[in-house]
Amino acid sequence: MIRFEDVSVTYDDAAAPTVAGVDLTVPEGELVLLVGPSGVGKSTLLGTVSGLVPHFTGGTLRGRVTVAGRDTRTHKPRELADVVGTVGQDPLSHFVTDTVEDELAYGMESLGLAPDVMRRRVEETLDLLGLADLRERPIATLSGGQQQRVAIGSVLTPHPEVLVLDEPTSALDPAAAEEVLAVLQRLVHDLGTTVLLAEHRLERVVQYADQVLLLPSPGAAPVLGTPADVMAVAPVYPPVVGLGRLAGWEPLPLTVRDARRRAGDLRSQLAVAGSCSAGAMGVPPVRAEPGASGSVGTTSVARPLESRASRWPTWLRRRHSAQERQAEGTSVAVTENLAVRRARVEALRRVDLQVTAGETLALMGRNGAGKSTLLNTLVGMLEPSTGSVRLGRATPHRTAPRELIRHVGLVPQEPRDLLHADTVAAECASADHDAGAAPGTCRALVGELLPGIADDIHPRDLSEGQRLTLALAVVLTAKPPLLLLDEPTRGLDYAAKARLVQHLRGLADAGHAIVLATHDVELAAELAHRVVILADGEVVADGPTADVVVSSPSFAPQVTKILAPQKWLTVAQVRAALDGAA
Amino acid sequence: MLMSSARAGLRAPEANRSNALHPGAWWVWALGLGTAASRTTNPLLLGLLVGVAGYVVAARRSEAPWARSYGAFVKLGLFVLGIRLVFAVFLGSPIPGSHTLFTLPDVDLPEWAQGVRIGGRVTAETLVFALYDGLKLATLLICMGAANALANPARLLKSLPGALYEAGVAVVVALTFAPQLIADLQRLRAARRLRGRPDRGIRGLLQVGLPVLEGALERSVALAAAMDARGYGRTAAVPPLVRHTTSALTLGGLIGVCAGTYGLLAAEGAGFGLPVLLVGVGAALGGLWLGGRRSVRTRYRPDVWGVRAWLVSGSGAAVAALMIRFASTDPAGLHPGVVPLVAPTLPLWPAACVLLGLLPAFVAPSPAAALSPRGPRSPRSPRKEAR
Repeated sequence: MIRFEDVSVTYDDAAAPTVAGVDLTVPEGELVLLVGPSGVGKSTLLGTVSGLVPHFTGGTLRGRVTVAGRDTRTHKPRELADVVGTVGQDPLSHFVTDTVEDELAYGMESLGLAPDVMRRRVEETLDLLGLADLRERPIATLSGGQQQRVAIGSVLTPHPEVLVLDEPTSALDPAAAEEVLAVLQRLVHDLGTTVLLAEHRLERVVQYADQVLLLPSPGAAPVLGTPADVMAVAPVYPPVVGLGRLAGWEPLPLTVRDARRRAGDLRSQLAVAGSCSAGAMGVPPVRAEPGASGSVGTTSVARPLESRASRWPTWLRRRHSAQERQAEGTSVAVTENLAVRRARVEALRRVDLQVTAGETLALMGRNGAGKSTLLNTLVGMLEPSTGSVRLGRATPHRTAPRELIRHVGLVPQEPRDLLHADTVAAECASADHDAGAAPGTCRALVGELLPGIADDIHPRDLSEGQRLTLALAVVLTAKPPLLLLDEPTRGLDYAAKARLVQHLRGLADAGHAIVLATHDVELAAELAHRVVILADGEVVADGPTADVVVSSPSFAPQVTKILAPQKWLTVAQVRAALDGAA
Repeated sequence: MLMSSARAGLRAPEANRSNALHPGAWWVWALGLGTAASRTTNPLLLGLLVGVAGYVVAARRSEAPWARSYGAFVKLGLFVLGIRLVFAVFLGSPIPGSHTLFTLPDVDLPEWAQGVRIGGRVTAETLVFALYDGLKLATLLICMGAANALANPARLLKSLPGALYEAGVAVVVALTFAPQLIADLQRLRAARRLRGRPDRGIRGLLQVGLPVLEGALERSVALAAAMDARGYGRTAAVPPLVRHTTSALTLGGLIGVCAGTYGLLAAEGAGFGLPVLLVGVGAALGGLWLGGRRSVRTRYRPDVWGVRAWLVSGSGAAVAALMIRFASTDPAGLHPGVVPLVAPTLPLWPAACVLLGLLPAFVAPSPAAALSPRGPRSPRSPRKEAR
């Protein structure tokens, strides 16, 4: 269906080709997953299929790409519109019209299909994607998952033979991501659509792929193979594969189900290892000790369930740990009976939360559950309608910004919102000025977190992960005891994520309290001591990570699902336990 | 119409895509009210017109973003009224008057500014005249605001002829971009707080201007790519003869329009002005029609101009026509005297005809209540829906 013949792409201002030596065929009706670290040219390769590279982006394409027999050299993107449907990273910049139904029809209108055909296909697509109830809704009012489904639907209506998607689930909560992937699965199975998909969050998609196309490094020739074969050698892999590699399973399991079937031995091995290490260390296993996480890489959270605390009734344990928390650390932020109203929507209700120094807390919950609202209230961007928020002695919305940044720092969902200057050096200088810190403070932080970044580079030219780290350094310049991060792993590959985890652990060890709002269950498992789940603006669960995520089907990380009922969260913990036992 | 159950049949149906009123009908209605407003300075009639427009908006506007623009137009109208009064106070007006309210100090202007007066006597007549005049402008603006709030701008543009389609899309995109731009501005301004800078004040607004524009530019490039990939700008193969005819007709038509207009306005050549203008317009329209053949696009569920659209547009047109007629038969009632000052009275028949403009509040499909689920609703009068 898609043929690449010795394709290489070189952008005008680049010395070396971004992708090179692509020579392969994607057969009809397959879901092919494109994987690789950030910046290896995944988006470029996807762009060549729709013809946007090089017709729209510029640059030189050597070789030949044919889609359904049409050569992209002679066909412009608009002439491929009836065979290729493209959905980019941000669905909002994809929409041309304002309502769902018009958006679904837009592509067909451009192609000049007959009105009765359009009407029929819109109705079919509404049903196929479960959008019938939303048909007259303005697109701006939809949730992220719904928008992504509308974006997919809008390119489906012209019945393309090929669907090209760039990170369709990275901004979505786990449930919405499943929604979108279920739709793709259905398209491949029922309609025989060929799907080419790039995604960082492999734990979500790898089990749906028929083949995986790996771009190992920039300019290197890609590898196409079955998911199990490619995952065995890929530099990026989901936790299930990591566990499989650790345990030496052959062939590698790609789904939790496959892994569980083979995990019997590992589980019994771990039960022994876990209990003897717990006995040896003799730490009362109530909850993660904030200090322990960074140095060892495994935390006492990982202790299997024979802990003293977990035998107690939940309400008792909650109170117990809360008392303990107050006793052992100073609380950095306290909310009491907090409620926030935005227009007529009650975004938060009765939120009682306490964050202590050195603690990492993950806020989870579906899109629109109130996570960002809570963070924004903590930095005083929103005013509580009832209840109170206190950061030490300060009340955020009544504190002047200059003073506030000494109490709390927020890295927003789009780190670029924080960065205004033209160069990294200028950004650092203005951060020092804002924070009243000694000149060079921020630059030193940047050097520590991001070694080897030039002074004169524009923040826009940094990669997603580098930009996040720069924003983090800017925020840390004022040394706030409380650090908030909104969706920090959006668009990060595994390597960038691992670096971020390392930085954040270091900060928690240094006594910073960290609150993350995230959809990324693996990140929460790796980093958080405590998880708070929000639903509809209310706290529905609050407790140690292991206790909260193990009981939840959608927030449990893969390792937990595989090794349940034992409470392991990450591959690193399992590895450490096995090493300890050996 | 279903007349089986008389009560249910007479009530306007709940609005949906199929029975949506043609946006053009709302514009005809609003322009009708506006025309009526431009024919009178009677504050009671103008107030009645504002009331009619406001009632229909309250009864029939949806929850869509553009529907909120009505408030902005009302504020703009009040602002214009205020400006008019301020000018009347400070700059004076040629209206002679005997009821002096107060006297401002006179400013002596140099010789070349003769004829401009600043300060001086402020009379009740001046103020009343300015008030009537400003009220007329404000009413016009509020009528435009009503059309903006009631008619979906995107669908209005979809009704453009095929050749103008691409221009229409550009406007639609701009319409969706403007709110996003404002949201970006607010977000970035709030983000200044995170850097420890004040998040209020003009300076903050200026400093985020560049990043906001950068973001908007990037988004437009992404949108352009998406539109290209979705087939925007695909053209049908048109025989060269048709293409050349199109260009010739359009160009010739435009030249004709220019020449004709010149002929009409200039002293000489008044004889050939009108015919040349008409031929020019005809040729240009022909060019547009032929040009539409290059575009392959079709229309998905276009709004139909049905009975309700006729009633709505007809009510506006009737108000305008009757008002124009009354303006010639009853000038005293429509233009209450300023010199000498008299209290305005409400002329009965013109007032009755203004009330015709209320018809859309009863015949136009009513927007679905946002919070109640679909299905049989308890019978409510439109008055209760008015907010």
